[in-house]
Amino acid sequence: MSSIPFFGPGEDPGTDFLTLLKHNGLDPFPNDLPGFIDAGHATTVLALRCADGVVVAGDRRATAGHLISHRDMQKVFPADDHSAVAIAGAAGPALQMVRVFQLQLEYYEKIEGKPLTLEGKANQLAEMLRGNLPQAMQGLAVVPIFAGYDEARATGRLFQFDVTGGRYEEQDYATSGSGSLHAGTVVKLGFQSDLSTEEALSLAVKALWHAADEDSATGGPDPIRGIYPVLSVITADGFRQLSDDESGEVFATFREELNGGE
Amino acid sequence: MTMPGMYVSPEQLMQDRADYARKGISRGRSLAAVEYQGGIALVAENASSTLRKVSEIYDRIAFGGVGRYNEFDQLRIAGVRYAELKGYQYSREDVDARSLANQYAQMLGQIFTHEMKPMEVEIVVAEIDVDGSAELYRIQYDGTVADELHWCCIGGDSESVLERLAEGWAENLDRDSAVRLTVNALAGPDRTIGAEELEVAVLAADSGRRCFQRLDDSEVEAILVQ
Repeated sequence: MSSIPFFGPGEDPGTDFLTLLKHNGLDPFPNDLPGFIDAGHATTVLALRCADGVVVAGDRRATAGHLISHRDMQKVFPADDHSAVAIAGAAGPALQMVRVFQLQLEYYEKIEGKPLTLEGKANQLAEMLRGNLPQAMQGLAVVPIFAGYDEARATGRLFQFDVTGGRYEEQDYATSGSGSLHAGTVVKLGFQSDLSTEEALSLAVKALWHAADEDSATGGPDPIRGIYPVLSVITADGFRQLSDDESGEVFATFREELNGGE
Repeated sequence: MTMPGMYVSPEQLMQDRADYARKGISRGRSLAAVEYQGGIALVAENASSTLRKVSEIYDRIAFGGVGRYNEFDQLRIAGVRYAELKGYQYSREDVDARSLANQYAQMLGQIFTHEMKPMEVEIVVAEIDVDGSAELYRIQYDGTVADELHWCCIGGDSESVLERLAEGWAENLDRDSAVRLTVNALAGPDRTIGAEELEVAVLAADSGRRCFQRLDDSEVEAILVQ
């Protein structure tokens, strides 16, 4: 990059960071790749609504075929102060998408002087997925969940997506990844409207545990290393990710419940 | 830009353009940036609460502009783009005020000599380092850059404001005293400026990744009555 990007009225890229990147010869999602890479979507991430907002959670395992390549992968990211994106799919493109998405939201906010609405953010992510469709066709699919606290409506909201950029708002919960079937069933059976944050967190932990129990590509709690699935909460106060210690405590409570039930 | 049958000497041409730009800038109110312990306060006289003179560029960098609104707002947006592209391509820590100030200088210098009309703007680029020390750059309509120490002022009445800032500034100012000092320096001895006529923002070193924060009217009012 050599000089300051200054545009005439006709060619101004506006608030779209992707257009600006492409204008400067940086294409974050190249879609003219030959061949096919089967990257799978080995993961469990989920989001569920609670009385004060939403809980977003995800396991920490990354796999390459039958090998575990990372034990402390982060799959839940704050998109901005009041929203989060959780990813399943090919790790490289997924992390890239999260990065560009985060930058896009902040870029819009700075150019326009006010942030996008939650709906606008969800549509923006759908647009990026649509742009990634050629890559998805070649095996590098990304299937995220987007959740946040809608300040205008004073409620938590969550969105599920498909690889074509289809955007589906869910009322109760959303899951994604190879363990999503198991996690989804657990959340479905335990879900009630107006769960407290604590109840929603324990339900998320229960769902992640069962997913890890059934799905080889989903990692469970790892007390020896002190690595626990990521738990995060978004309320009117903003996004907060629980520390490994806090997450470990929720798992410890779940273990007591599990042992007591035997 | 010579036309057939007319000759204007280069000296005269530059002089005319400079006069034109200065006239535009001097019509507006001043804006000042002042360093305090752990931050920089940016204060502008601005009756509008939507058309901003002070804005966020990047994690630790702020922008202030006076003169013609559409022109300095174009510069602001170009600055955001420059910073975001650089941060994307390299890393967030690689984005700094010095290189942005140089880019602005190049651009304003280019426009001053080559375009029909110079930009009627004066801008300041401020950066707060991780250790709390400040960098302030003042860039003029013709691309002149100045690296200012502790405080700077742009806009119509800047000389008398600078005198008042020099008188009142001290090493250990806290945020609120810095805002009060700057507001009083902008106002001068003969008038007071109310919170609703002010636009106040700070770059606070200790406020996480994004250091830029606006202070709303009620916060400014509370600071001014102290």
